[in-house]
Amino acid sequence: MLSGADILIRSLQEENVDHVFGYPGGAVLHIYDAIFKQNRIQHVLVRHEQAATHMADGYARATGRPGCVLVTSGPGATNAITGIATAYMDSIPMVVISGQVQSHLIGTDSFQETDMVGISRPIVKHSFMIKSAQDIPEAVKKAFYIATSGRPGPVVIDIPKDTTNPTDLVPYEYPDELVMRSYSPAIKGHTGQIKKAVSMMMEAERPMIYTGGGVIQGNSSDDLTKLTQMLGFPITNTLMGLGAYPGTDKQFLGMLGMHGTLEANNAMHHCDLLLAIGARFDDRITNTVSKFCPYAQIIHVDVDPASISKNVVADVPIVGPVDWVLHEMIGLVKDALPERSEKQNSMLAEWWEQIEGWRAQGCLEVVNDSDGEIIKPQQVIQSLYRHTGGEAIVTSDVGQHQMFAALYYPFDKPRKWINSGGLGTMGFGLPSAMGVQIAYPEEQVVCVTGEGSIQMNIQELSTCAQYGLPIKIINLNNRALGMVKQWQDMQYEGRHSHSYMESLPDFTSLVEAYGHVGMKASSVDELDDVMKEALTLKDKLVFVDVMVDPEEHVYPMLIAPNGSLRDMWLKKGVRT
Amino acid sequence: MRRIISVLLENESGALSRVIGLFAQRGYNIETLTVAPTDDETLSRLTLTTLATDEQIEQITKQLNKLIEVVKLVDLTEGEHVERELMLIKLKASGAQRAEVKRTSDIFRGQIVDVSNNTYTIQLTGTTDKLDAFIRAIAESTVLEVVRTGVSGLSRGEKVLTL
Repeated sequence: MLSGADILIRSLQEENVDHVFGYPGGAVLHIYDAIFKQNRIQHVLVRHEQAATHMADGYARATGRPGCVLVTSGPGATNAITGIATAYMDSIPMVVISGQVQSHLIGTDSFQETDMVGISRPIVKHSFMIKSAQDIPEAVKKAFYIATSGRPGPVVIDIPKDTTNPTDLVPYEYPDELVMRSYSPAIKGHTGQIKKAVSMMMEAERPMIYTGGGVIQGNSSDDLTKLTQMLGFPITNTLMGLGAYPGTDKQFLGMLGMHGTLEANNAMHHCDLLLAIGARFDDRITNTVSKFCPYAQIIHVDVDPASISKNVVADVPIVGPVDWVLHEMIGLVKDALPERSEKQNSMLAEWWEQIEGWRAQGCLEVVNDSDGEIIKPQQVIQSLYRHTGGEAIVTSDVGQHQMFAALYYPFDKPRKWINSGGLGTMGFGLPSAMGVQIAYPEEQVVCVTGEGSIQMNIQELSTCAQYGLPIKIINLNNRALGMVKQWQDMQYEGRHSHSYMESLPDFTSLVEAYGHVGMKASSVDELDDVMKEALTLKDKLVFVDVMVDPEEHVYPMLIAPNGSLRDMWLKKGVRT
Repeated sequence: MRRIISVLLENESGALSRVIGLFAQRGYNIETLTVAPTDDETLSRLTLTTLATDEQIEQITKQLNKLIEVVKLVDLTEGEHVERELMLIKLKASGAQRAEVKRTSDIFRGQIVDVSNNTYTIQLTGTTDKLDAFIRAIAESTVLEVVRTGVSGLSRGEKVLTL
């Protein structure tokens, strides 16, 4: 016989939860007392509930295991919303436990009451409202199953305080199996469709592979790499998919889309066969949908049927887990490859020649005419890459720095690049890096941020001090909301409406006040030394405040509205 | 195009709000909606009509299927089906009007289910078009109140929507 609070903790232990990110409050005090009485689950006390969700999110993205969050009712729950939405947009497995006021008070506008199930409904994969302590084990089991299976996503469990009362004891048994008649995610793909897809691959003259976060979520990077190299096709990854294919390999054309490379976007536009895997044809990828890949037959592999033909109609839809489908494809391609005709091989060679022509234009070349007194933001990322040997796990916030990191730090492995792609949540970078560092205490974890984004969750520097998290924060400080300012430069004749950051704090003093190390770099000469020194301080959180060129824009950039993927700005005033 | 989507839904609190929420969130429209438990008390049957293109209806059904509490669904308008809607309509009926209203009601196979000195309350079942036609036919009378259930329907023949 156990209380609801103990049952909850035991159930989380059954699901192998090792860390819970949270913040206590009235409605969850019974649960916190149950946490106090055990030591299998470590609780990480954040400074704001939004950060708890991003930490759990970072933890999940880095490990592939679901992140777990515990917040109180009312403001605790509403503060968690942005983080839940962030996880939802990027299909990240997460279980969020929110306290709720006592059952008899629900609906009476009682203290710290909010309808969490209602508020979170559009941004969760599913949610549960607990009615009694006996419901908890099954709800937890279902929540973790739903969060991690099919297309993953966040699940909320709302628990009224009275159901966790320590004096109400009920029998406890954790279910071994689940029966859910209304939920059965695809466990394999349609073999006929896969065969058809492979025969199209064998006949394509200008093939292209485009993959997204689904390949990383589906742990299929090795199979993707194998298939791509067997076929010899060019490949691009979305912002969410970077690292699924080795970023330094010659078949990789870089990221595509809004700030994609010239070669990736051009290859997309001109291809005659597009193999899309675990990607969702988001508006940052397609530019004008009617002008997207005008010559291509499209094969679309995704575990979520609703993703297929949502934005762009697929000629060969394949619903299934990417690992299963890729495995099948590899088998079929292995048999079919020897049959590929000479003509096909020479067409492919010609296609590569065309692509190399685009690549030779060097769209990511960095030009610094300043004699080194001004640092280009791209140079910071290049320096970071050199000094980490490309091995760091890099998180980012949202804005120009995010795009620079994505473009100038090639990732050779999955789960090394962690950012909020779908929702674009500023304030994501630092807490997600903390989640990663907690999961992997020995790894080099770097947060690339900007002076705008970092201030959206900077209070977590205190949490970092409490748990001794030696994250390296690289702040691309351009004294402006760079991406907003870039758009204002390009589309609003340079009227910088509220995109300047005035009264910035002295970041080095600020981080020192939290007990960390602050460093500053203002010239190219200083940059390498500071970067090197920061990364050598293994046990310290180091905040590197880098003064970068405030005038710099991110290029390439797709031209909208009405542009296709080959319509890009390549630098200021220069377009394709 | 008008579509009738019929859904078997877990009879749980909150399930209906997820369906409605989905339509609001994704900008789909709901023309009519009716829902009640079935012979199996763990299941509700929800019928809704919506105006949507073929592409939209594909997304709507896919998104509905993603809801954990949606067990099964069918687009009744894809095949032959029976559809009915029930309407209660209260009319001002006095003097010579009373006979006229009664005659029109009979033509439409309506039943007068409540009577007062100055009003008739008429019950009518049929397709949406038929109910609309009745309202047009009694245009001369003063309509005091109209309440309609929205469309319910089943596929014709052997086809059934069950577990």
